[in-house]
Amino acid sequence: MATEALKADGRRLTALAFDVDKVRADFPILSERVHGQALVYLDSANTSQKPVSVLQAMDDYYRHANANIHRATHLLSERATALYEGARTKAAAFVNAPDPHTIVLTKGTTDGINLVAQSHGRSTLAPGDEILLTWLEHHSNIVPWQLVAGQTGAVLKVVPINDRGEVDQDEYVALLSPRTKIVAIGHVSNALGTINPVAAMVAQARARGAVVLVDGAQAAPHLTIDVQALDCDFYVLSSHKMFGPTGTGVLYGRASLLEAMPPYQGGGDMIRSVTFEKTHYNQVPYKFEAGTPNIAGVVGLGAAIDYLSTIDRAAALAHEDAVLDYATAQVRQIPGTRIVGEARHKTGVLSFVIEGVHPHDAGTILDQQGVAVRTGQHCAQPVMDRFGIPATIRASLGIYNTRADIDALVRGLRKVRDIFA
Amino acid sequence: MQGAPLWGAETDMSELNELYQEVILDHNRRPRNFRAIDAATSTQEGYNPLCGDRLTLYVALDGDVIADVAFQGSGCAISKASASLMTEALKGKTVAQARDLFDRFHAMITSDHDGPTADLGKLSVLAGVREFPTRIKCASLAWHTMKAAVAHEGDAPVSTE
Repeated sequence: MATEALKADGRRLTALAFDVDKVRADFPILSERVHGQALVYLDSANTSQKPVSVLQAMDDYYRHANANIHRATHLLSERATALYEGARTKAAAFVNAPDPHTIVLTKGTTDGINLVAQSHGRSTLAPGDEILLTWLEHHSNIVPWQLVAGQTGAVLKVVPINDRGEVDQDEYVALLSPRTKIVAIGHVSNALGTINPVAAMVAQARARGAVVLVDGAQAAPHLTIDVQALDCDFYVLSSHKMFGPTGTGVLYGRASLLEAMPPYQGGGDMIRSVTFEKTHYNQVPYKFEAGTPNIAGVVGLGAAIDYLSTIDRAAALAHEDAVLDYATAQVRQIPGTRIVGEARHKTGVLSFVIEGVHPHDAGTILDQQGVAVRTGQHCAQPVMDRFGIPATIRASLGIYNTRADIDALVRGLRKVRDIFA
Repeated sequence: MQGAPLWGAETDMSELNELYQEVILDHNRRPRNFRAIDAATSTQEGYNPLCGDRLTLYVALDGDVIADVAFQGSGCAISKASASLMTEALKGKTVAQARDLFDRFHAMITSDHDGPTADLGKLSVLAGVREFPTRIKCASLAWHTMKAAVAHEGDAPVSTE
């Protein structure tokens, strides 16, 4: 797309290699009209839209392979099991896990974090042990740790952020102590878009003996993930943020930790044998997958990973960064706007406020013009409190967004200004 | 798509303009009775966690009559204007009249799109909210808080979630 070729020469070439019009054609909902206007979808950090290949894969599954997995001897169950386990293998490759058996299929990021907190955390934490989080975390990477802290007597510690919305790395190192047993950090902030230097943070934590969970929900749709390079102990993500369906997700765990962890939930499929006296659990990862899972959702997740594998991810990221830079510059020009979160390394998110206009009112007026953004606290109330604001307007990007989407946002924001002038 | 959509009707610019009409924008800019009442007989917190709207409602009862009512807090234009208009409407009313007004106001903002608008005087400017289901809680926050304040429902914050 030639209009993207406005940045430095190096980026121009990669941006040209990415055909956003072709990508947009893969997403049927982008042709939708809302309130009589063409849809401008700027809420992908909330949930991404789905390419037709994902919709087709789920439909095909129900039409041609629907059966329960790991159980029956008939052909449909074989097909369903192959699709389900195939998605696990794809997920392992997607995060560069060493083995598909280190991949637990979950309901999503929240489920993955709760699993780690309740299984690993609850079985290892002792009174006075410390769990270290950052101020940027989504509520789903706060509350599960509060729960397990309450159950075990462990203590939560929180690393502060600076005015740009970056985790204070000096404070982070200072807060790592011999009592730090678990560090839980977001890879990319959902509220501000900050990319944390997770590889360095993992190394520092592991050097002090802590187990590290990385919340990759917002990283998965934008960045290439390599859990072996990061050397983290756990990595969690959600299918629905990365162009797959809702209700499924991935938990990568270091094999030795998964082996040592007790089951999270009991039920079918997670057992090897059951008597009323004694139950023998299934092997990893199946001992963490009780009950019939969201098979169609996992099939959709596999299709989403396949879809991303057809995309030049580096070129897509360069495209998104160019659109984000454009959005930042355009929104900044509107009188009375203030960008919240200006990290030097960020991706996919533009959070801002407008003087004299509550974000919720802006959201309604933008929606009326076809522009879908999120307004509110973004499940990150501590971040809002840190900046002394009740809420922000958040425009968030997917691989399908363009400068034209940003132009529509800016037109919408001018209408907001007109109404509240 | 075949058949009727599973979701509700869509709004247009005229409904947006009705939502953000001048009276509402004026009460947002210059909320009336936006202050604390030192001698309040009841103080009640209201909170909408969805959007972070917070208000503190102060009611000073003289016997059964609302002698003074005021609020403080932060929120969107709809919630602020609704609180401001409510304080104007409630002054001098009895508690029973206030509860009756709550019922009629609530019916107005949640009624069918095509139904007639109840005559609630100046409060009728908020009838446009019913076209915007995501905003009904903004308009009702102050009213739920008032209902709790006059009922002395304890100190727990009222939530519209």
